Amino acid sequence: MIAYFISLLVIGIPICWVEWTLGRFGGQHNFHSTSGIFNVLFASRWGKYLGVIGFIVPVTIYMYYVYIEAWCLGYAMNSIAGNLSGTGIDYAEFFGRFTGAAGDGIALHFGLAEVGIFVIFVYFLNFFFIYRGISKGIELVCKFAMPALILIALIILVRVLTLGTPDAAKPDQNIITGLGYLWNPGAVAVLETSSGLEVARYPDVAAIPANYQGEGYTQKDLDLWLSLMNPQLWLAAAGQIFFSLSVGFGVIITYASYLKKDDDIVLSGLTASAANEFCEVGLGGLITVPAAFMFLGAAGIVGQGTFGLGFNVLPEVFAHMPGGQIFASIFFLLLFLAAITSSLSMLQPGIAFLEEGLNINRKQSVALLGFVTGIGTLFIWYFSKDLKALDTIDFWVGTVMLFIQATILVLIFGWGMGVKRGWEIAHEGAEMRIPNIYKGIIKYVTPAFLLIIFSLFLMQNVFGWNYSFTDPVFQPTGYMRDLIGAEGVEPSYVARLSVAWIAIMTIFSLFLVNVAGKNWDKRNQPTN
Amino acid sequence: MTTGGWITMILSVGFVTTLFLYCIIRVLRGPRESPDHELGRVEPVAENETDQR
Repeated sequence: MIAYFISLLVIGIPICWVEWTLGRFGGQHNFHSTSGIFNVLFASRWGKYLGVIGFIVPVTIYMYYVYIEAWCLGYAMNSIAGNLSGTGIDYAEFFGRFTGAAGDGIALHFGLAEVGIFVIFVYFLNFFFIYRGISKGIELVCKFAMPALILIALIILVRVLTLGTPDAAKPDQNIITGLGYLWNPGAVAVLETSSGLEVARYPDVAAIPANYQGEGYTQKDLDLWLSLMNPQLWLAAAGQIFFSLSVGFGVIITYASYLKKDDDIVLSGLTASAANEFCEVGLGGLITVPAAFMFLGAAGIVGQGTFGLGFNVLPEVFAHMPGGQIFASIFFLLLFLAAITSSLSMLQPGIAFLEEGLNINRKQSVALLGFVTGIGTLFIWYFSKDLKALDTIDFWVGTVMLFIQATILVLIFGWGMGVKRGWEIAHEGAEMRIPNIYKGIIKYVTPAFLLIIFSLFLMQNVFGWNYSFTDPVFQPTGYMRDLIGAEGVEPSYVARLSVAWIAIMTIFSLFLVNVAGKNWDKRNQPTN
Repeated sequence: MTTGGWITMILSVGFVTTLFLYCIIRVLRGPRESPDHELGRVEPVAENETDQR
């Protein structure tokens, strides 16, 4: 949490302001895509290529986000049908079957307990809304569904905090230890396999279950300082901040480009960040992780992965509360509505770029984007085993590319546009003032922070350095090992295909930017 | 949960909740009215503007 809050204050909120400012500036020059806005900002013809990530990121994330959105709708329908929120159900087994995590190709089925029908419905619903015009629909959803979602979340929070010890046979897994698992600072014990893979983290070595204390496992104490020295922690914290606040996506910059000159973007940016943080830390953080600890234990949490946690754990919580079926149905339905507002926002930068770059109308841009994202979603839908394709694309695009894009944005604001000029543009129409300390933070601290963490991350994950000068070891870990393999570990062909798909998307996007650049040059040529 | 855990939780949740409420109040309150002394003129510019006095 320390890394998370430092990331929020040093990169999340400042980049949010940067993106709102650059977006509105571009909008005043009639550009709504990142490439278009960078084309205005830079005298060089290479400027527009820097903005290509602002197209790749939202479009590629949409490909798997729509899949997760289908989970939300599917879980809502299954809750209504009574297939969830009952006691004695193996939710992990349901999740594996429903999402296809149990094997490649098994999600391509179309029953109520399979994700297939929901993927198709959600996919076309998104493009229907984006084609027909969405502002009133989105506004309506935000006005009523979001407060309702917060209200339901507050009720669930109360239930989680009053769960006590759900399983009397496991007295250590109670609400207090669950909260401690999330919030206790300081030393933790890390359980690893003999090959160095992390199994779970525990408050201390004594808390590690007896069955993990035999041969084949190693335990090591990790104090607070050692934890904070891990670049993976900072990358994960920053990546989470980017995802929560939608900074570096190319979404805010496009939305802000439609604002008026006298809109208060300082207050708007801060409010958007604060609302996201309240929901994530104040509600989500207090519900999901402690509940997961109570029902699954520390080892169970590590095995869940980012996306599966809420879908495995929350049904358990609903099963333990009165009216659980109704609450589960409403909660997942509202989650679906919240997700659809996000997925539509991910399509808008792509639509804006295709329309203004290729001079095509909305129908054509929707058709082109629908075709490209359709291939990507089908790929993720088919290669669903262990959610490998989804997880790999999420890492390389949803984390690594977000880092690169955020760094580009903050460098453009701090060094390209200049903090003085950027400050004036940001405060046009603003009643709230950004504290002056953020001038230095945006110019020096944020870019340095991003570059250092990203460099350390590359040193660890690409070159596999163990940060030791005296006894250096170079052994790629995690996502890199999936690509190149390691001693005794075969590379994952799904991970390789996923990265190949990202490469194809990048080349395709660069080609589109090239075409767009020629069109913009023609537009700027004086007419006789 | 340790004392440090309680402190971390209260500070973190308290911070995001306070910030959220502060922003919501600022947004709902809308732009501040300009102070009265900025609206009036001590003397009208022309004779036919005396009603602005």
